[in-house]
Amino acid sequence: MSAATTTTSARPRHLLDFTEWSPERLNAILDNADTMLQVLDRPVKKVPALQGMTVCTAFFESSTRTRTSFELAARRMSADVMTFAAGASSASKGESLRDTVEVLTQYKVDAYIVRHHAAGAAHLVARYSGKPVINAGDGRRAHPTQALLDAYTIRQEFGSLEGKTVAILGDVRHSRVARSNAELLPKLGAKVVLCGPATLLPAELGTLPGVTLTSDPQAAVRGAHAVMALRLQQERMGGGFLGSLQEYADTYQVNEGLMQEAESGAIVLHPGPMNRDVEISHEAADGPRSRILKQVENGQAIRMSVLYHLLVGRE
Amino acid sequence: MTITITNIKRIGSDQTESVTIENGTIKGWNLPAEGETIDGQGGTVAPAFTELHAHLREPGQTEKEDLSSGLAAAAAGGYGTVVSMPNTSPVVDDPAIVRSLIQKAQGLGFARLRPAAALTRGQQGEALAELTYLKEAGAAMFTDDGRTNENARTLRLGLETAASLGMVVSVHAEDASLRADGVMNEGAVSEALGLPGNPAAAEAARVARDIEIVAGLHAQGRPARLHIQHLSTARALDLVREAKKRGLSVTCEVCPHHLTLTDEALRSFDAIYKVAPPLRTQADAEHLLEGLRDGSVDCLATDHAPHTRAEKERDLLEAPSGIAYIELAFPLMYTRFGESLGLERIIELMTTAPARVMGWPEPSLEAGAPADLVVLDLETERTVEPATFRSKAKFTPWAGESLKGWPLLTVVDGKVAYRRV
Repeated sequence: MSAATTTTSARPRHLLDFTEWSPERLNAILDNADTMLQVLDRPVKKVPALQGMTVCTAFFESSTRTRTSFELAARRMSADVMTFAAGASSASKGESLRDTVEVLTQYKVDAYIVRHHAAGAAHLVARYSGKPVINAGDGRRAHPTQALLDAYTIRQEFGSLEGKTVAILGDVRHSRVARSNAELLPKLGAKVVLCGPATLLPAELGTLPGVTLTSDPQAAVRGAHAVMALRLQQERMGGGFLGSLQEYADTYQVNEGLMQEAESGAIVLHPGPMNRDVEISHEAADGPRSRILKQVENGQAIRMSVLYHLLVGRE
Repeated sequence: MTITITNIKRIGSDQTESVTIENGTIKGWNLPAEGETIDGQGGTVAPAFTELHAHLREPGQTEKEDLSSGLAAAAAGGYGTVVSMPNTSPVVDDPAIVRSLIQKAQGLGFARLRPAAALTRGQQGEALAELTYLKEAGAAMFTDDGRTNENARTLRLGLETAASLGMVVSVHAEDASLRADGVMNEGAVSEALGLPGNPAAAEAARVARDIEIVAGLHAQGRPARLHIQHLSTARALDLVREAKKRGLSVTCEVCPHHLTLTDEALRSFDAIYKVAPPLRTQADAEHLLEGLRDGSVDCLATDHAPHTRAEKERDLLEAPSGIAYIELAFPLMYTRFGESLGLERIIELMTTAPARVMGWPEPSLEAGAPADLVVLDLETERTVEPATFRSKAKFTPWAGESLKGWPLLTVVDGKVAYRRV
């Protein structure tokens, strides 16, 4: 069943992608993030919601920001946090992902936050762990909390996602952020325009509901309420996708000039880390339209909300 | 040694008969019972199947499979003859290895082994192996399967040499540079899942290249015999069709998993569905099925490719490719396609057809023919239970499914290689 046709209102057990999540459930996560932001503004930034629970961050791929954000989110909900840094690959030592998860299960973990270089790895952890799993990024597949914080940031600005247009420019092919946003934002009523060089823009993504593709950045940004620049993931490319970085930057960079095509109140987003002056100009990254640092703050609130939703707020 | 199998029906007949086997040969039908008598339980008898493409993993990878488990699994699947692939460790590129494999298999009493040898030294694709010596040692064909033949000139030289020896060269036809890091079929599903795709063009482009090499040799009066393994795409099959019309000696095989599963299965992220070439689309599967009907696909093969469970429980990028299901091939084909293809065509694709590809004598149930036969229960449905597999790879995409057409008895060289009666 495709994501768009899923209308189940059952409470999903995991956040692996948005396939099983209804718009109502997703809006509940966003609504709850308002409360979490208030918690983060208090002198004592802690609530007892997850007291006595243990959250494991299992990161099979290096990450500092996402892991920090999740760990702080869990700690601010009073959970104990266990960090499992698997390095590049436990399989290189001969251990299967299943074995790794079954070992971790013996530590009586209540939820897993998983990042892995392979698409679908979080699904495998969910299959073997028996506990809620939050996908913190799996290969090019999905990064659902990033998409939720992007949606939240846009909603914060405009009050709603209904009828809004979000342009996402850059290395779409290798981007889990783009895929998750392309899945989430139309569910919440927004249109998504994916834009990049043809080699980095898989045609099949244009078949998703509410998603259009273009290699024309001006056309992509025209009328957009939010413009997101994606990092060029050269580590995933293996060469041959671009003539040169300069050629790419000259054509697809999100900068003040390009933003002139957007709606007057349009905002600039970037999932980070940024390659300044490649996919985004200094001015656009730091200018008045930028909500890039706001995204970071919102990310913590969203992750608190997701943890609460999966671990506490069950009916 | 004499055996009489009673209470059986010859394929295509409703008449209950008996067959007597003596010293490895079919002595005759409906003779007075002699020697050991086995009740065939009303099963249908056909020549034992021939598998042109199995990975038995010996030498060197016996944690996945070995000759004993692999050939026992084959016999349980109704196979009398198995061509094993040479991408073992070490590679089967040495006549001594070919001899030792044949010798070892002979003592096991399961299916007969006909090892394929590497076309190039170490399967490196550069220098030809000692094809003459390998043939003398008993190699059944030459292939670098497990790898793709990137060096077209070496493949051409190999085809020329093999042709002079009257041998078939079989190829894993896939352009490695187009495949790149693809782990599944490139298409809507791979993009939705964010997994690197392997385009259909990787297969078609390579098939086209290899056909042109054969055509060039053909024009010079060198009728090289090219067999394309595990064809997975509609376009590649069309290219084979055209090659046959041109009178070229190009044959191809299709695997049941490419007929019964599609890339949609990867939505489970279960590496059990990771195979090379990958599971394609429903349209491809239907096109291949049509090819089986109209004869443009020459035969069925399973590409039995066992791995350890731990390896298949890895993520989709790291898990190795391959499904092992030689024990299920006939029940799977018969249950799914018995009506659309017909029993006799399925049997032909697993018996006479592979023999034709190889230029071997066509199997027969007539008196005087070698006593390689299988008795099939076409009625009783049984659940697929991987724990009961003879193969070391005790997992399958079809676990829990109800299939019919299970072998009751397999006789190889006049001896019982498998029996469930």
